[in-house]
Amino acid sequence: MDLYEYQAKDLFAAHGVPVLPGQVVETADAAQTAAETIGGAVVVKAQVKTGGRGKAGGVKLAATPIEAAEKAGAILGMDIKGHTVHRVLITEASDIAQEYYFSYLLDRANRTFLAMASFEGGMEIEQLAVERPDALARIPINPLTGVDAAKAAEIVAAGRFPAEVADQVAAVAVELWETFVAEDATLVEVNPLVRDPQDRIVALDGKVTLDDNAGFRHPAHAELVDVAAEDPLEAKAKAKHLNYVKLDGEVGIIGNGAGLVMSTLDVVAYAGERHSGVRPANFLDIGGGASAEVMANGLEIILGDPDVRSVFVNVFGGITACDAVANGIVQAFALLEGRGEPVTKPIVVRLDGNNAEEGRRILTDAALPGLVQVDTMDSAADRAAELAAAGV
Amino acid sequence: MAIFLTENSKVIVQGMTGSEGSKHTPKMLKAGTTIVGGVNPRKAGTTVTFDGADVPVFGTVAEAMEKTGADVSVVFVPPAFAKAAVIEAIDAGIGMCVVITEGIPVHDSAFFWAHAVATGNKTRIIGPNCPGVISPGKSNAGIIPADISGPGRMGLVSKSGTLTYQMMYELRDIGFSSAVGIGGDPVIGTTHIDALQAFEDDPETDAIVMIGEIGGDAEERAAEYIKAHISKPVIGYVAGFTAPEGKTMGHAGAIVSGSSGTAAAKKEALEAAGVRVGKTPSETAELAREVIKSLG
Repeated sequence: MDLYEYQAKDLFAAHGVPVLPGQVVETADAAQTAAETIGGAVVVKAQVKTGGRGKAGGVKLAATPIEAAEKAGAILGMDIKGHTVHRVLITEASDIAQEYYFSYLLDRANRTFLAMASFEGGMEIEQLAVERPDALARIPINPLTGVDAAKAAEIVAAGRFPAEVADQVAAVAVELWETFVAEDATLVEVNPLVRDPQDRIVALDGKVTLDDNAGFRHPAHAELVDVAAEDPLEAKAKAKHLNYVKLDGEVGIIGNGAGLVMSTLDVVAYAGERHSGVRPANFLDIGGGASAEVMANGLEIILGDPDVRSVFVNVFGGITACDAVANGIVQAFALLEGRGEPVTKPIVVRLDGNNAEEGRRILTDAALPGLVQVDTMDSAADRAAELAAAGV
Repeated sequence: MAIFLTENSKVIVQGMTGSEGSKHTPKMLKAGTTIVGGVNPRKAGTTVTFDGADVPVFGTVAEAMEKTGADVSVVFVPPAFAKAAVIEAIDAGIGMCVVITEGIPVHDSAFFWAHAVATGNKTRIIGPNCPGVISPGKSNAGIIPADISGPGRMGLVSKSGTLTYQMMYELRDIGFSSAVGIGGDPVIGTTHIDALQAFEDDPETDAIVMIGEIGGDAEERAAEYIKAHISKPVIGYVAGFTAPEGKTMGHAGAIVSGSSGTAAAKKEALEAAGVRVGKTPSETAELAREVIKSLG
């Protein structure tokens, strides 16, 4: 889960990383009040989970509370790279002497963590890495030992931070590492980390990605989810513990296993090239045990997507037996009928693997309206695409 | 021969008495796996009977190894306890630890991997979030259904469980020396490269199918490795061409970040290394079948 800047800074503050005082608001009036409370000049910053806010006009300086209200009014509702701005952060305007870059991240290729630091900050890190690679230090961090004072000093030296602020930056490096570990983050980035004229170091911006797998030991992280910004179908699927991602096509997909479902999306997209360019409408992995209830919930989510014209259920019976999946589908039809939402869109089913013959027989005997069975994944995808194209 | 797991492997199950462990241990036994014990400190000294087979429960991995000569451990413990379980297996010096558990925090995986490295990499870690290893007709350590395919001369390495099953099913006429599910998490132990080298060295393997998916650059690095070190034919498949940027597709590691980790880049890298890459699982199986036929 990616966090908003204000959420990232709240976590920073909780672990001792210096940040400027600020308030998150959703209206221009509230922005004015916040600016009055903070006093003096403020910065109004769009809260969206994407980079390049400044360039897009989403970060503005305001000299007075009235001006803060004006700027907030202009920024709220703005679209930045497809993200609508619903909140702005009002913070004290800081005097910036220098801008630096600092981050910790997971280094997948080397199966370890990495500190990246530079005395040159402010620009996008991808740009810095390309244009000034020598200016960006990359220091591997051993998960067993982490970042202590000595490691922090090593990072600061490699990042070529000025001597006058080396100790302050090193202290922040240790606090950011504490944030990274204690919060189970996979990314903690500060860009820019600034030095003010009094040589104080402050995290002026913050970007944090949290590991969803670690949610069980961070109950408070659940409150960081921006429910309003979630796709309504994705939110509904999440509430039912379904692994669902909304896409922009017309063929609804249900499968078991992440790899097989990804593969199913691809095969449907290829088939769509032969059928008016229809595309997969979603990713939905029902996992190992496809019970009737899980199948019904999955079908309900997918049929609730107005873009869906046909559904492709692609199951390989590995651990799950196909007869259980078939019974799940039959019961799902009945359940949905009972909920007053009978299945009206065509459904193509491909069952293979464990007890496939029995599964196919169950579906044949049930003679469900609009359900067709196709033997192979490729031809089933073709049929589902064809049906979606016909229904468009 | 097969790789990583043979008829001589002695397997213990960490978390054997839990819901997943008790579901899959009898299946492994039925597949012919020599299961010599389970590990659960709270049930040490007891015995669990699966379909008439008595399996003793030990308090620690070290004790189980000492009393049974176990050299492989399969981990089914829940995510919150997986880090401790894997570290225990490493510290006991077991030869291979297969981590089936899904949903382990990546800080925990990075930690136990670093611990394995720091202690001299004596334990081969497979996974986490993987279906395990099967050497059909010999042994099965994990959850890959043993009845999909029998033994044969094809090797398979895959990030995905169900695509492993699908591919084994498509190529059941040829059969497999071993199939290795390496897992879909961002930090895993055994990589595509490790499995490719093991298959290269295995006299019972003639050709290798390698299945990848979006996220990271493991497939690109495997492609470079194949070019330099693998003489046996490799057939590839990559899932996730239609995955949008920034969305996790089921597996924690399956995410396209910016322009990196795309399926297209992986396919291109593999093809540049001389790997024939199928567009769909069925097409990939067909390519593999052609390769085996051409080898005679």
